[in-house]
Amino acid sequence: MNSLLLIIIPLAGAVLAALWPDNRTRPWLLPAVGLIHTALCFRLLVVPPPVGPESWLGFDPLAAAVLPAVSLLYLVCTVYAVPYLGSRQERPNRVFVASLLAVLGLLSAGHQSRHLGLLWIATEAVTLAAVPLLHFNNTPRAFEATWKYLLVGGTGIALSLLGSFCLGYASLYGGGEGNLTFVALIAQGAGLSRPWVLAAWVLLLVGYGTKMGLAPMHTWKPDAYGEASGIVGAILAGGVTSVAFTAILRIRSVVDSAGESQMAARTLLAIGLFSMAIATVFLLGTRNYKRMLAYSSIEHMGILSIGASFGALGVWAALFHVWSNSLTKGALFLCAGNIRRAAGSPSLADVRGMAHIVPRSAALFVTGLFAITACPPFGPFFSELKILGAAIQTGHAGAAAAFLVCLLFAFFGLSRVVFSVVDGRPRPQPKTVGKNFRETFGFIAPPFVLLVISLFLGLFTPFILQNTWTAAVAQLFPNP
Amino acid sequence: MISTLNLLVGLAMGLNLVALGSSRLPSLIRTVATQGVALGLMPLLLESQHLDWRIVLVAVATIAGKGFVIPGLLTRAMRAANIEREIQPFIGLLPSLLLGAGGTIAAVALAGSLPLLPEHAGLLLVPGALASVLTGFILLIGRSKAISQVCGYLVLENGIYLFGLLLIKATPLLVEAGVLLDLTVGIFVLGIIIDRIQRTFDSLDTRKLTALHE
Repeated sequence: MNSLLLIIIPLAGAVLAALWPDNRTRPWLLPAVGLIHTALCFRLLVVPPPVGPESWLGFDPLAAAVLPAVSLLYLVCTVYAVPYLGSRQERPNRVFVASLLAVLGLLSAGHQSRHLGLLWIATEAVTLAAVPLLHFNNTPRAFEATWKYLLVGGTGIALSLLGSFCLGYASLYGGGEGNLTFVALIAQGAGLSRPWVLAAWVLLLVGYGTKMGLAPMHTWKPDAYGEASGIVGAILAGGVTSVAFTAILRIRSVVDSAGESQMAARTLLAIGLFSMAIATVFLLGTRNYKRMLAYSSIEHMGILSIGASFGALGVWAALFHVWSNSLTKGALFLCAGNIRRAAGSPSLADVRGMAHIVPRSAALFVTGLFAITACPPFGPFFSELKILGAAIQTGHAGAAAAFLVCLLFAFFGLSRVVFSVVDGRPRPQPKTVGKNFRETFGFIAPPFVLLVISLFLGLFTPFILQNTWTAAVAQLFPNP
Repeated sequence: MISTLNLLVGLAMGLNLVALGSSRLPSLIRTVATQGVALGLMPLLLESQHLDWRIVLVAVATIAGKGFVIPGLLTRAMRAANIEREIQPFIGLLPSLLLGAGGTIAAVALAGSLPLLPEHAGLLLVPGALASVLTGFILLIGRSKAISQVCGYLVLENGIYLFGLLLIKATPLLVEAGVLLDLTVGIFVLGIIIDRIQRTFDSLDTRKLTALHE
């Protein structure tokens, strides 16, 4: 029951937000619901509820391994949202707040879906619920970003439905009764029709890969993250992508059980390395620090995909990386939002010397840069080290080398952009300065807290999380 | 029944080619609407032996959504935005048609190599689905106007629906979920209309959406 509350409470909150009359007090619903959600989520993490094998929704180990990270990120972002929306009183926020709450409920449903069709419905609904978030600024650029997000994302979603149909037909052809829970599909295992499983895997990887932002289906990401506000970017990059990643993990365990684990691992490795390479190339060239974060997100989605290709060990490391990446990336998005509002432009051509104008945000931005590029002792360093270890243990030395080269060049690209934003003398008259931005506690504390959590994850990875990741791996690889 | 169903699938495949060859927006919208109605009739034919309310519901929802509501919204958007009716393609009409025809032949050949249950063996649903998905992609990539891209998305979606018909008996929920795709299309079109109301946007030409790039 509690696991259903994770879905129901945010959706009820969304309805409440849609009815709430006052523009000024409405944003407070966000942290209120976020707090309840996080508390509930961590309670379920500590005391795992029983999940029936046939149930369509449940807080199973895989959900427990990822959903609390999303919930935590969401809570911190919503705390930031209160002063943010307070400073944007000129825009009505009814649709924004309601959509943001609906996204949380639907994300919880997606993470807990143990049924192929339900998983697709949840992912589709998240995609649609995020549209008003991207369009919040209501500029022509935001419209363009939203259009591209819908067009590319919609195509991806359509292909993943086609893939789900193929997997359903694989089960039907193999004598299945039309039971599409993942447990039933895995139990059918070798009975699934091989050609249909292959077709399904390709389509589902492309479909959910689009949602995750793996290259070459990543094209919506820089536009969407570049135009969205910091909180929306953080929640899309840390929450929505992770639901697509767990979807790929769940489907992959079905493909494994059908006897195609080698093929699945190879495609994940190839698409992961390709994403990292593409992201690195664009990181070296981009002239916009918000788009830079999008390319960094594509790079980290590649890292997740690479991790997932190295068997049980790699999946464990990838789950660790979901936590460290989404929390660290969240801090960067929030800092970039601060800098964007202080400078009035996301382009390197107009912005420099931010260390003088917004010293705290700039300091956090630089710290976040080192954290996300895997400098010790932050979380990403340890999770990427684990992925590297898994690569070497499973005999993928070549892939490990390519991985390291990409990380190195991504570091060059990211640090180039970050330091050119932070360093130098500020421009005397920035082109377009909006209202004066002041670094109040509400704008600085959330990214700081996220970086502290990232540090904590790296230094003292809690045993309870490690055990949950181990349980999730055991769920995904029932017969190692 | 099988032969009537195959006739309808054949009609849908023919309409794909008509859509690829349309040079004006209203005729493209009408083609897609006709295809939607043809698709909506299929579940009734496929399960004519044992009709239950869920199948009737899918049929009614499909005919209403794909055949009337969405085409109506598209026409409204076209009028609201006062766009030129000419389609300006990236990929010319003749090359599109040739690609579509080649794709249809390839779809028939490819479908032959996929294993099918005996009760589905005589149906054209799989080649029809593949051909429509391909046509949808050609329209999505090869047309510049937002509304013709939405039509491309609709054709792509119709292809997926055709495939879903194979599963309608075993897992009706999965097929019904496909109705959500129509919702995506609805949001596309509403986006156009809302944007139109809020701002003057000359032609709804996606070639003008180029502010965001490296």
